[in-house]
Amino acid sequence: MWRDHLTEIIVFTFLFLLVSVMGFVAARWRAPKDMAHLDEWGLGGRSFGGWITWFLVGGDLYTAYTFVAVPALMFGAGAAGFFAVPYTIVIYPLVFLVLVRLWSVSHRHGFVTPADFVRNRFDSPVLALLIAITGIVATMPYIALQLVGIEAVLKTMGVTGDNALARHLPIIIAFAILAAYTYQSGLRAPALIAFVKDSLIYIVILVAIVYLPYKLGGWGDIFAAADAKFDASPNPNDGILLNGNNQLQYVTLALGSALALFLYPHSITGVLASRNRDVIKRNMSALPAYSLLLGLIALLGYMAIAAGVKPLPGAKEGTVDSNTVVPLLFDQQFPDWFAGVAYAAIGIGALVPAAIMSIAAANLFTRNIYKEYLKRDASPAQEANVSKITSLVVKVGAVACIVFLDPQFSIDLQLIGGVIILQTLPAVALGLYTRWFHRTGLIVGWAVGMGLGMWMLYQVASPTRKHFGGSAFPLSEFGFDTTRTIYVGIVAVAVNLAVAALVTLALRAAKVEEGVDGTTPDDYFADEGDPRVTPGTERDADSAREPVA
Amino acid sequence: MAAPEPEAPTTAPSRAKDHSPWNWLLFIPIVVPLIPVFFNGDSPRVFGFPRFYWLQLAYILLGVTTTTLVYQMTKKRGGR
Repeated sequence: MWRDHLTEIIVFTFLFLLVSVMGFVAARWRAPKDMAHLDEWGLGGRSFGGWITWFLVGGDLYTAYTFVAVPALMFGAGAAGFFAVPYTIVIYPLVFLVLVRLWSVSHRHGFVTPADFVRNRFDSPVLALLIAITGIVATMPYIALQLVGIEAVLKTMGVTGDNALARHLPIIIAFAILAAYTYQSGLRAPALIAFVKDSLIYIVILVAIVYLPYKLGGWGDIFAAADAKFDASPNPNDGILLNGNNQLQYVTLALGSALALFLYPHSITGVLASRNRDVIKRNMSALPAYSLLLGLIALLGYMAIAAGVKPLPGAKEGTVDSNTVVPLLFDQQFPDWFAGVAYAAIGIGALVPAAIMSIAAANLFTRNIYKEYLKRDASPAQEANVSKITSLVVKVGAVACIVFLDPQFSIDLQLIGGVIILQTLPAVALGLYTRWFHRTGLIVGWAVGMGLGMWMLYQVASPTRKHFGGSAFPLSEFGFDTTRTIYVGIVAVAVNLAVAALVTLALRAAKVEEGVDGTTPDDYFADEGDPRVTPGTERDADSAREPVA
Repeated sequence: MAAPEPEAPTTAPSRAKDHSPWNWLLFIPIVVPLIPVFFNGDSPRVFGFPRFYWLQLAYILLGVTTTTLVYQMTKKRGGR
């Protein structure tokens, strides 16, 4: 009952309203004279320095869902859930090498989205459209998942109703506020709120990892309790260590997720908003501080085992909602007021990435669908306006996903999202290094990779469901005599690449036209203050000279 | 038009800035955390943490050290 959680609810609501005010004020923070430009609204004026970028990108990549779902996975499956740690380690060196090039070429040409880059690099509106649609489709369920994070917290505080509308009312209100300040302040809102979010999360976690092991009898006891639980379970693939079957899955999932994460439009938005190359490079050595946090948060799953937490019932009869284990652990172990702070950290933690994601999806729609196909001569002010409205539509869509669909469905969609966004790797990531691939080859590769990925996900069964039961594809389905599994996304993107290469060779032999590269080798090293930067970042520039994007 | 690999001599100064041999070091924190034989074990334990957990957390330090080193070594124009 919610009355038992009154203190928690008051603290939660207070902190939530505090950041909402900050969100509205953010429009005036470091703002230029004129917010009516996509660069200002959607990329914060491309002016963020080291600290802001650290909070913004960190707030963007480590979402409420991560903080709730990773420990939930550890609680349920053990070591396999720890993949999030290597995943967030390998990602930064990859970015250090790859995304600085994207930053440079985007800075030079005024690109706002990865599809803008592809459009120019490969001279193919079709390929750019595919990249844009892939990005939007992959991002939508990701936003919905942030709501799952808030919902887990609300559920634990007893804020639930009898019918669907009453149950979701708090989330609808929260998202309406979020939508309003994102509309007004653009990327500046999540950038400012991220300071509060991460400060709260750091405080909560530092307290949790010192205080909880002390209460629960030390780390040795915590691991022993987890070990005992997995020993007793009938599932052969759980345990506090990996076994022979799931090691390949573990490393391919870590690598595939890392590659996917930085192809997601919202991560690219965070990177493009930084001021110069140095800011990005320095951040790649500072951001792993969050990985340490994530690793410790993951272990909350084991603490929940040691504390004897029983997850709340799920949406369907007889199921449990394992996403509630961390909120329940806090509820049981912390004083009420501190549990309220922890819940606020998770709740606000959902708003930051949701805002950035909706901005990124809106930018994709504006640049690569609206401007490309609907209104070629759109002025920067019109672009900014379309983006603002699209960001509202995207959020309404995400809320609808949660209200009308089983949250499990969003989780499935997000699983698919990771696999499909990986299919943009050849065009976006490899495109930054080479133009060897033919544009048609990339399109065919994309289609084959996408089809194969969907088919493989459809084949994956879990104890509770026949299809889309996870991302671990049994290699025996390919005819190998083994019980090992592999991450679907890695296989799909490998096939995508192979097909793209074969088609490229064939088209080249047939001497098919391959279009004009709109970028020069030098563009990939351009830095802040480069004299050749084309207008687009210049507010007063003649909009007709906007680069063709 | 095809394959404008950044090999043109005119771009030599900026290339030197971006294509440093130091960059190869970055493959260490990409590859090492993906080799399960190193970390998939229980002993030795540190503060009650099985090797699986403390070693993977220690890889974060490996990542930070390598990226910082490469950044410091490559940040200056033509800094060799």
